[in-house]
Amino acid sequence: MNIHEYQAKEVLAKYGVAVPNGVVIDNAEKAAAVSRKLGTDIVVVKAQIHAGGRGKGGGVKLAKSPEEAKVHANKIIGMTLVTPQTGPEGRKVKKVLIEEGMAITKELYLGILLDRQSSRVMIMASEAGGMAIEEVAEDTPEKIIKEIIDPIIGVKPYLARKIAFALNVKGNALKQMIPLIINLYQAFIKEDCDMLEINPLVITKDDRVLVLDAKVNIDSNALYRQKETLNYRDLDEEDPMEVEASKFDLNYIKLDGNIGCMVNGAGLAMATMDIIKHSGGEPANFLDVGGGADEEKIENGFRILLSDPHVKGIFINIFGGILRCDILARGVEIAAKKLKIKIPIVVRMEGTNMEEGHQILSDSGIDVIVAEGMKDGAQKIVKAIR
Amino acid sequence: MSILVDEKTKLIVQGITGREGQFHAEQCMKYGTKLVGGVTPAKGGQIVLGKVPVFNTVQDAVKKTKANATMIFVPPAFASDAILEAADAGIELIICVTEGIPVSDMVEVFRYIKASKSRLIGPNCPGIISPGKCKIGIMPAHIHKKGNVGIISRSGTLTYEAVGQLTALGHGQSTCVGIGGDPIIGTKYIDILELFQKDRGTKAICMIGEIGGSAEDEAAYYIKKHVTKPVIGFIAGQTAPPGRRMGHAGAIISGGKGTAEEKMKVMRRCGIKVVKSPADLGKTVAKLL
Repeated sequence: MNIHEYQAKEVLAKYGVAVPNGVVIDNAEKAAAVSRKLGTDIVVVKAQIHAGGRGKGGGVKLAKSPEEAKVHANKIIGMTLVTPQTGPEGRKVKKVLIEEGMAITKELYLGILLDRQSSRVMIMASEAGGMAIEEVAEDTPEKIIKEIIDPIIGVKPYLARKIAFALNVKGNALKQMIPLIINLYQAFIKEDCDMLEINPLVITKDDRVLVLDAKVNIDSNALYRQKETLNYRDLDEEDPMEVEASKFDLNYIKLDGNIGCMVNGAGLAMATMDIIKHSGGEPANFLDVGGGADEEKIENGFRILLSDPHVKGIFINIFGGILRCDILARGVEIAAKKLKIKIPIVVRMEGTNMEEGHQILSDSGIDVIVAEGMKDGAQKIVKAIR
Repeated sequence: MSILVDEKTKLIVQGITGREGQFHAEQCMKYGTKLVGGVTPAKGGQIVLGKVPVFNTVQDAVKKTKANATMIFVPPAFASDAILEAADAGIELIICVTEGIPVSDMVEVFRYIKASKSRLIGPNCPGIISPGKCKIGIMPAHIHKKGNVGIISRSGTLTYEAVGQLTALGHGQSTCVGIGGDPIIGTKYIDILELFQKDRGTKAICMIGEIGGSAEDEAAYYIKKHVTKPVIGFIAGQTAPPGRRMGHAGAIISGGKGTAEEKMKVMRRCGIKVVKSPADLGKTVAKLL
């Protein structure tokens, strides 16, 4: 689960990590007063959306006076911000964060993430802060420092020192940097982060070390024990159909094509998208109904598929294991009748109770095209929607 | 021959009194797996499925039954604890079916397991089957057939797809191992490849991967160096958009890394016969046998 920058900073501040003074507002009228209270010559007005690259789309502005801050806030709140990460449709901005401006002498990068190769948490740091880290890693891998953390000891002062020295941090800033690294790791572990990225981490002219921008992603599997963080969820930042699907414990991801897919199991669902493409079609979605699907879940899956106006046909690909084909067939029958489905449906069923499943479908009187194997199914649906 | 599990494997099920745990315990038993007990804290002393004793702790179960394998059906919040309990009790093979365990729990578990004598398969996996001998997992038994193809996969139903195609063509399987769809799993491709290479009953290996991470790349380099048996590969998610988790927690292209295209390229370069379409898995293996 993604959270906003201002929320990430709230979380980090709880762990004693220094963040700039700032206030989040949803009404531009408050901008001038907030800026005045911050008291710095310059303030920064930052759009709060989940996507990165906000500066490039005009979502981050410097203001030299409280009045100017208000002008910017007025423009940004309510705008549809398009960044390289939002896609062309952009994201509506509801809130801005107004923060103190500061004189920066050094911009660093610090990220904490899972290293799948070692199955451990890794700290990545670089002196090339403020830039896209993927590009730094690609062009100048020698500028990236990587430290793999042993979960038994965590981040101890020696490791934080090692990173700080490698980043050429000196003097007063060094003294702040060491606890900051330790505290960031604490936050990562205790808050069940998937990823914590500080870009940039800045050193100011007056020798403060501050988190200027923070991107935090929480492990969805751990949300049951992160009740407070759950309040940070912003449904406006998610696809409404995906939100709807998640209510029924369906794993749905919207894509750009016109063939709706309903599959059991993530791997088979991906492979089904692939085979549709190989057969000359375009999948409209990824949908894994899971192992424990019942008639109701199948029906809801159908409803969500059909709410995408681009969907011209549906391909159901089920390899019955825990999910029995007869249950699936009954769900299809109920959904097709209730929702009065007019578009072609191709059904490929194999595995547990396959014969019963086929019997139910042929007795139901609904118009489905039966396929033998996933290749046949993909070809049939591509042909049916032409 | 087969790997990891066979007629001699003695299984317990952690979470045997739960709905899913009991259902699948029964399915495994019906297949012929030696199910010797189950564990549910505070339900010790009960008998389930007519004859299977329930214990309070894994240690009790091991002491009384000499079990050497466990299948875990414990909810995600408690599953990491269940894995650690099994390892602490000295169980050789721990198969964790549970999906949705927090990553930070698995970081700890992985560290502990590596220092123990146990092998962990999963989590978020369908389990292992050596057809005709032993089934520990949730896969539909009837699609399998005893034979000489070894299968390794991060996915459940996609594995069934490959098995179904092979069986339909008359080719059986030595052992099928679902290693799991999470970013942290106890046993990786390489560990299983090593076992299949050594197993005299395995003549060809079918490796099914998906987007995310670099485990398939690492496996490909290993195959080039150490595996002499023919290997057929497939990667799911060739059409998956970057930055999105495709159902499995581990199936995500992040920072442009872990794409299907990239993985297939590395696999091909390392001598693996890569199929682009999942419908060609069975016949490609059959051709190589």
